[in-house]
Amino acid sequence: MSQLLQQIINGVSLGSIYALIALGYTMVYGVLRFINFAHGDVFMVGAFVGYYAAPRIAPLVGGNLFLVGPIVLLLSMIVCSTLGVTLEKLAYKPLRFRPKITILITAIGISLFLEFGGQLVFGPDPKSFPTLIPSTTLIDTPNLILTSTPVIVIATAVVLMLLLRFIVMRTKIGTAMRALSFNQQAASLMGININTVISFTFIVGSSLAAAGGILYGSLYPSINPLMGVFPGLKAFISAVLGGIGNIPGAALGGLIIGLLETFVTGYLSPTFRDAISFGILILILLFRPSGLLGRYEAEKV
Amino acid sequence: MMNASGKKWAFIAAIVLSFVLAQFQGEINPYFLQIIIYVGINTILASSLNLINGFTGQFSLGHAGFMSLGAYTASMITITFQATPGATSSYVMFPVALLVGGIVAAVAGVLVGIPSLRLKGDYLAITTLGLGEIIRVIIQNLDFVGGARGLVGIPKLSDFFWVFSVVAIVIFMISNMIHSTYGKGFLAVRDDEVAAQAMGINTTKYKVIAFVIGAFFAGVAGGLYAHFVSYITPSQFGFIKSIEIVVMVIVGGMGNTVGVILAAIVLTILPEALRGVAEYRMVLYSLMLVVIMISRPQGLFGTGFKRFFKKQAA
Repeated sequence: MSQLLQQIINGVSLGSIYALIALGYTMVYGVLRFINFAHGDVFMVGAFVGYYAAPRIAPLVGGNLFLVGPIVLLLSMIVCSTLGVTLEKLAYKPLRFRPKITILITAIGISLFLEFGGQLVFGPDPKSFPTLIPSTTLIDTPNLILTSTPVIVIATAVVLMLLLRFIVMRTKIGTAMRALSFNQQAASLMGININTVISFTFIVGSSLAAAGGILYGSLYPSINPLMGVFPGLKAFISAVLGGIGNIPGAALGGLIIGLLETFVTGYLSPTFRDAISFGILILILLFRPSGLLGRYEAEKV
Repeated sequence: MMNASGKKWAFIAAIVLSFVLAQFQGEINPYFLQIIIYVGINTILASSLNLINGFTGQFSLGHAGFMSLGAYTASMITITFQATPGATSSYVMFPVALLVGGIVAAVAGVLVGIPSLRLKGDYLAITTLGLGEIIRVIIQNLDFVGGARGLVGIPKLSDFFWVFSVVAIVIFMISNMIHSTYGKGFLAVRDDEVAAQAMGINTTKYKVIAFVIGAFFAGVAGGLYAHFVSYITPSQFGFIKSIEIVVMVIVGGMGNTVGVILAAIVLTILPEALRGVAEYRMVLYSLMLVVIMISRPQGLFGTGFKRFFKKQAA
């Protein structure tokens, strides 16, 4: 029973990170109708910003973790937003009206570039992520150990997701984003500046990925330039599972994938943990391609 | 373009030539021989992927998965039978092993082809990537093929003759196919699937055929590779290997057989020539993908494939 509880805690904290990354995939898909494969690598860059920034910022604020954490988080979000917008302007924007396949290949290229460029810049060996979240043991019984780390990870993710919900549903730019995902041409006729909205989408998506990177590093404190590949793919699968383009769906999908993966690792075998998500992807694409919460879109000819 | 009988003679000539040249392979520096063999294997892989990605327009990222299936199947056959007297003749056992490896990969190609009937573009790409990963994880967990430790003691049967005969077969087959009814079907599926369907083309059939043939030759290439290096691990056939093959197809120009072959040759020799800067290889590859897509989506070589890359309505 308590082992189950432990697994659920692990699963939810992993799932909330997947959800944060998945939101970036789903928002970009909603607005531009393409999968930003490089998103997982933006997540990796986010973690590395934390790795390099934390030791430099800590002395400035006297090593107070309650200050270092938020500052590093914010810094990483800013750096990754800049990166995301730059990638969009340099690589994706020139291809906006080209066939989908060219953007897909470009996105794969960007993703590989960040991965292997990261290996050159950061070095290929794993690095240990600095402690940013104060870790105290909250519950300590023989069967169940609960530290503050997963609690803070989950809380941060939830706060960020609520913030996103607020931005998308209640602000002007959020309304513009929704209008764009509904019909790009009509939105631009209504006087919405498409380029601004797309840049904003990349800013929001990349900063969520950066936050995901910092939280992931805090939860699993070993980071390397290829760390973004699998979380990125799984977040993508989460987005598809929830219904791509659908924001609550991405959060739900992330949670489900995180829980399933933890259960498979805990009860079956860790070697199958990467295969299970792909299995889910194939099943969902075959039987319910619009995802759990998505709506079916008919192809217009 | 060569006419049909010209192609047939060129094909026969290529086989004979590879047999003749194979007699002198002992004379060449083994390092150069290795590069030449890799050029051949990569040509097979890239041409077969070109059939799926280039001619049929189905973006597959799982070619290394098919390759690993062929490699493992063929290796298990030759390892099992090499001790059996009477079957030791490599001229009987090896082609059979390659063929079976190819067939196993082709069966997997059907399994991948079926979801491709319902998926397009990005989704298909990531599904094929996923299937490639699933194949890798399964092989890693199979103890009788060595699991993650890899399979050792594969007899070294691949040589110049076998590799370049298969190269000749692939090129002959694909170039013939492209100018046949089937070829027109592939191109129709690529150019406009809905219109093709409306014209009464069985798009399902063409997509599955493309996957089956592409996977078959990837499997054969895997078998050739395994019997050249004589030691394989599942991690050799990961995502990066698939990407390498995709890069060859894109640099050569999707749907441009000659371009793809040239790209396979150049991109196999280039990393060897640039050994000193090996760590930049993947960075270079990735930049190449982005720059080519933005500035020259039809590939570096040739001018084919224009229609597909004409501005389409979003």
